[in-house]
Amino acid sequence: MSQKTKVIEREEVVIRFSGDSGDGMQLTGTQFSDTSALFGNDVATFPDYPAEIRAPQGTVGGVSGFQLHFGHQEIYTPGDYADVLVAMNPAALKSNLKWVKPSGTIIVNEDSFTDKNLEKAGYESDPLLDDKLADYNLIKAKVTSLTRECLKDSGLDQKSILRCKNMFTLGMVYWMFDRPLAHSEEFIEKKFKKYPLVVDGNKKVLKAGYNFAKTIEALPYNYSVAPAKIRKGTYRNITGNKATAWGLMAAAERANLELFCGSYPITPATEILQELAVRKDLGVKTFQAEDEIAGICTAIGASFAGDFAVTTTSGPGLALKTEAAGLAVMTELPLVIVNVQRGGPSTGLPTKTEQADLLQAIHGRSGECPMPVIAASTPSDCFHYAFEAGRIALEHMTPVILLTDGFIANGAEPWRIPAMSDLPEIIAPIAKEGDDFIPYAREDKRLSRRWAIPGTKGLEHRIGGLEKMDGDGTVSYVPENHQVMSNIRKKRVELVANNIPELKVKGNDEADVLVVGWGGTYGHLTTAVRELQKEEKSISLAHFNYIFPLPKNTTEVFGRYKKVIVCELNDGQFAEYLRSSFQDIKFEQHNKLMGLPFTVVELKERFNQLLEDK
Amino acid sequence: MADTVLNAPNIKKLSAKDFRSDQENRWCPGCGDHGILNSVQKAMAEMEYKKEDYAVISGIGCSSRFPYYMDTYGFHTIHGRAAAIASGAKCANPNLEVIQISGDGDALAIGGNHFIHAVRRNIDMTIILFNNEIYGLTKGQYSPTSNQGMVTKTSPFGSIEEPFRPAQLALGAQSKFYARSIDTSIKLTAAVVQAASAHKGTSIVEVLQNCVIYNDGAHALVTDKATKEEYQLILEHDKPMIFGKERNKGLIMGSNGKLVVVTISEHGITEGDVLVHDAHTEDPHMHWLLSSMLAPEYPVALGVIRDVDSTSYDEKMVQQIEDIKAISSIKSMDDLLNSGDTWVVD
Ligand SMILES: Cc1ncc(C[n+]2csc(CCOP(=O)(O)OP(=O)(O)O)c2C)c(N)n1
Ligand code: SF4
Ligand SMILES: [Mg+2]
Repeated sequence: MSQKTKVIEREEVVIRFSGDSGDGMQLTGTQFSDTSALFGNDVATFPDYPAEIRAPQGTVGGVSGFQLHFGHQEIYTPGDYADVLVAMNPAALKSNLKWVKPSGTIIVNEDSFTDKNLEKAGYESDPLLDDKLADYNLIKAKVTSLTRECLKDSGLDQKSILRCKNMFTLGMVYWMFDRPLAHSEEFIEKKFKKYPLVVDGNKKVLKAGYNFAKTIEALPYNYSVAPAKIRKGTYRNITGNKATAWGLMAAAERANLELFCGSYPITPATEILQELAVRKDLGVKTFQAEDEIAGICTAIGASFAGDFAVTTTSGPGLALKTEAAGLAVMTELPLVIVNVQRGGPSTGLPTKTEQADLLQAIHGRSGECPMPVIAASTPSDCFHYAFEAGRIALEHMTPVILLTDGFIANGAEPWRIPAMSDLPEIIAPIAKEGDDFIPYAREDKRLSRRWAIPGTKGLEHRIGGLEKMDGDGTVSYVPENHQVMSNIRKKRVELVANNIPELKVKGNDEADVLVVGWGGTYGHLTTAVRELQKEEKSISLAHFNYIFPLPKNTTEVFGRYKKVIVCELNDGQFAEYLRSSFQDIKFEQHNKLMGLPFTVVELKERFNQLLEDK
Repeated sequence: MADTVLNAPNIKKLSAKDFRSDQENRWCPGCGDHGILNSVQKAMAEMEYKKEDYAVISGIGCSSRFPYYMDTYGFHTIHGRAAAIASGAKCANPNLEVIQISGDGDALAIGGNHFIHAVRRNIDMTIILFNNEIYGLTKGQYSPTSNQGMVTKTSPFGSIEEPFRPAQLALGAQSKFYARSIDTSIKLTAAVVQAASAHKGTSIVEVLQNCVIYNDGAHALVTDKATKEEYQLILEHDKPMIFGKERNKGLIMGSNGKLVVVTISEHGITEGDVLVHDAHTEDPHMHWLLSSMLAPEYPVALGVIRDVDSTSYDEKMVQQIEDIKAISSIKSMDDLLNSGDTWVVD
């Protein structure tokens, strides 16, 4: 659609939009990512919000970013370093420059580089004037004044005019990557339907940015990123939190049960509760409890009364839920506890990612209190693992912890929409009127007791947190019985291993190095291992989603590799857990506690080192 | 089931016995909890719910052993959280008749937060609060309702804490139903439990309960044969607030806004001067004054103190879901998955 001077073909590109919280960078990034997905690229995105809601304007603390990675290949991460950085003010440049590739392109809004803004950002001199940016391809655009100029006769007030300036940069970037404007134009028309002036203004500025980029000499070339080979189907973009909410709803539908969610808001898990709250049309009951304890307790009550019950939280909230989680173990009621991990301990880094709640999830309860733990690994597979958590909980009559993390919860990617009929039916062992019901009598395969739901005639019974007599479920303090019941509780979780898939390795069945990861580090580990495999390195990846119990073939897999390195965003919790189960294997570690995901670069470096060490 | 009326197949009249479970009762002999259990079973036999529709949900404490002795669906949960668990159960199945059992420590100390929020939300359930002004199960520590100065194992020199008056807490949390009874009065307790159950919304029944072991006689003035008639004011809606052995004492409103105990036919006071109880008024002022009366200055108010019509949380929840279902185009997960921005790759 445009005349290119010089076109550079690229396999993949990373763009980071950044600006003040009010600059509309999330919207700009989402628009670019949607357009690229529609164009046929594979895409992964990650928003980077400031921790404070209203951080002072123009400061580094108030910078909001949105990174997207799109390509001709399969894309697994939002990318480590950006090819293009859009910085709407000095603070955005200051905080994001370290994420730009050497000789990358930087587009700045020159108008915002005033003395005052430079000072707020902590610059002593104007970086646009000295040679600090000499190694980059710097594109200075007077975005504010060009937007003003473009809309001076639009009839919009100054404030509304300034709000359009993100469209100018979006237009510029669209031209750089040869993307059509149509999707964003439609989006603008829909979004501002009630305000025709705003529609016209935004569209005009979008076009002006596009034309500006076309006209100026500053852009010597364009990139072209061909569509990826993507499996046929209908797609949508989805964030991890939304996928989690939908996966839980899908499990309820396939189990033919009503969904109840009792939760207390906490970053970065809140969107799950919010998403479920919207879905009254599908009969979802959400209960915003007075605290996390009440969140899980209302869910346990709902489970007792026959709903598929869930509670959603993040690390500190999981800590509050532990006593009640024990009650769910004791009473063998189905329940899903979603923990969207964030940086800890305590309030820690609420908006940042980490995987340091693993041992809390596996062990963090009073008494011997085992419950299955599973983890999602990408934004879109949160759907699948939320569904799985529900399936395991309902089929095995047990609470299940689903771990996600801030990185995949907020990240988004295109997702091939499944048909509900493709998902397995979930059959919970519900006791019926007329059944011979004994509260703690068990079926053989899973050792699960049956669920006699209040309201069912003739099955009145009592349950509770006191130790149960094996079988009849009455209170028992008999020493031998406690041993028996403890063994059963342990066995019940072990038996879940018969109902989950085996571990699949990416790469050769035998190699020098086996990379081991779990949960949200999947994208980075996969990318790093794939790149090394392309370089013919002897390396494979075993990524875990089923944590407790582990897939049955785990020992066998570990045994086939010379070296095993466990990579995780904590101080080595999974490694420690594996060591306790597989004493003969030597587990190397790669760990990071910065509130940030791994970078592919650092992983490759570490793996290369391990490959070289004899 | 010997008492079942066999010739009336559809209306199987239940008796108190039908609600008795086979579990051995572990309460101390003489504990007030026995009486409350009898009263509740008696009330249930009179009520119209099917047996399988009762869910009796308790926390932890002597009192919270209650569900084990009931032949209904029962859940003995964890300390303090029963109000939350009962809330969830009611939301899951609004047809259930949820009875929530708590002690004064369970409901007002560790579970204080859940208690006030359950009341505020007005979830349709009956909370029976066993107030023995002590921690029974843990063997005698002061509770949030123990009087200042009370000597217990953890207040060997006398408690220095102000007690809660549970009714004040409930009224502060927008309570719509509050009744009070005593463990020894089976009839009155059964009657107020029935009234509580009939009320739509969170109903609280505070039962003054005697712990014979750790706080014997805490409510003696109100319960002892010799004094009780002088210290019990059994309220009835639309009836004058009269009490006393001779039925000659009454309450009037003093000029300072405080209730005053008067003797009818003394100082020219007639029965017509005595206040008439209005349980249904929304204004909580009089209910506050009545429920705050303490012996020996005043008689203790018993019966239904407050019973104000309201819509319960669960009714509103069900209604909202129905309303949204009616107007939404999303009827199934497939609809939702394919809604909004999607694109096809072929
Ligand atoms: C989390 C937790 N903390 C403390 C306890 C110990 N505990 C059990 S019952 C109780 C107090 C019981 O008092 P109350 O609720 O008044 O019931 P009562 O025994 O008097 O009927 C305490 C402190 C517990 N079971 N769980
Ligand atoms: S300790 Fe007190 S409250 Fe507990 S059972 Fe005995 S008498 Fe009742
Ligand atoms: Mg007590």
